Amino acid sequence: MTLPVTPSQTVGPFFGHALPYPRDWELVPEGRPGAITLTGRVLDGAGEPVPDALLELWLGRTGERGVLTRDGEGVSGFGRCATDPEGRYRFRTARPDGPYLSLQIFARGLLRSVLTRVYLEDRPDPLLDGLDPVRRATLVASGKEDTYEFDVRLQGEGETVFLDF
Amino acid sequence: MPHPPYLSPGYRSTVLRAPSQPPVAFKADPDAIELSSPVFGHQEVGSLDADLTRQHEGEPIGERIIVTGRVLDSGGRPVRGTLVEVWQANAAGRYAHAGDQHPAPLDPNFTGAGRCLTDDEGRYRFVTIKPGAYPWRNHPNAWRPAHIHFSVFGTAFTQRLVTQMYFPGDPLMPFDPIMQSIPDEAARRRLVSSYAHDVTEPEWALGYTFDVVLGRTPVES
Ligand SMILES: [Fe+2]
Repeated sequence: MTLPVTPSQTVGPFFGHALPYPRDWELVPEGRPGAITLTGRVLDGAGEPVPDALLELWLGRTGERGVLTRDGEGVSGFGRCATDPEGRYRFRTARPDGPYLSLQIFARGLLRSVLTRVYLEDRPDPLLDGLDPVRRATLVASGKEDTYEFDVRLQGEGETVFLDF
Repeated sequence: MPHPPYLSPGYRSTVLRAPSQPPVAFKADPDAIELSSPVFGHQEVGSLDADLTRQHEGEPIGERIIVTGRVLDSGGRPVRGTLVEVWQANAAGRYAHAGDQHPAPLDPNFTGAGRCLTDDEGRYRFVTIKPGAYPWRNHPNAWRPAHIHFSVFGTAFTQRLVTQMYFPGDPLMPFDPIMQSIPDEAARRRLVSSYAHDVTEPEWALGYTFDVVLGRTPVES
């Protein structure tokens, strides 16, 4: 049996009272050894910030800290962050077990979410190795000590590689 | 493809936000983290979170409704224990969101946000009030048909779905560039809930059903 899939629709501009939750961007508690900050901006095809995007970060396992609650002292595998007026987001997270984190982006004007990967360093990789150098670079965060910068360009020059599985 | 194309110029906000390149088709190895999804604990969701009419001291104004349905994968299997989140305008068509400038009244007894986990049959159930239509600035005299926003997780991050549920018989649907961005008429119809008399509760609330089928089922292990 194959059921026809439910179509996607935009998240719209008015999710702010519903989807964000307290400390949603904190996948690990403040001060946890080894924690990193992942931050960046979401930009549109004119290079303008997208101030009403919602980002979801997934590390690949649920963890102990809670998905919607942030009670535990350990790691949560999932976080959310709505962009600020400058289009900026921020997560405090553990390093992933593998080389990348999964990032999903929702916004007004995106009729379906886009899914991408944040690689913490450039390295041989089945996905990266299949991309030309310019596109490959869009998936690699720039790191400085424990802070990583990763911009999402939805359209145009430097457009982020989005994935279809 | 049931989904709308990213670039749907009738919906103006897509013009600068739609990716210009198609997504890169990638055959993930079985360890790819996108093939898993968060597992939610029952203690993380409050028992009242699914009743949007009981989140304040008084009752919201509007037509009380029950919205229920199942979350399934494309093989027809129930998706159990997954998170379903909803949000909506109040009966007057106004969101409890600072950015909503529509000059319709706010309802102090209605926030318009709810969530629940699906049960062992993949079923969810919300009690709420019927949202009103509202204007937006996409084009002259633009109105959104009444809708409830849905967010569903599934068992893989690739299945993550955000969509909107509409109401049967709404005359605004043919005029709505967001709904009409879905090219296939049968696919559009799948976003329209059904009135369900067996869900309707006498002397209490009208019932609607809306099933959600998630695509991109991860490889079976
Ligand atoms: Fe809406």
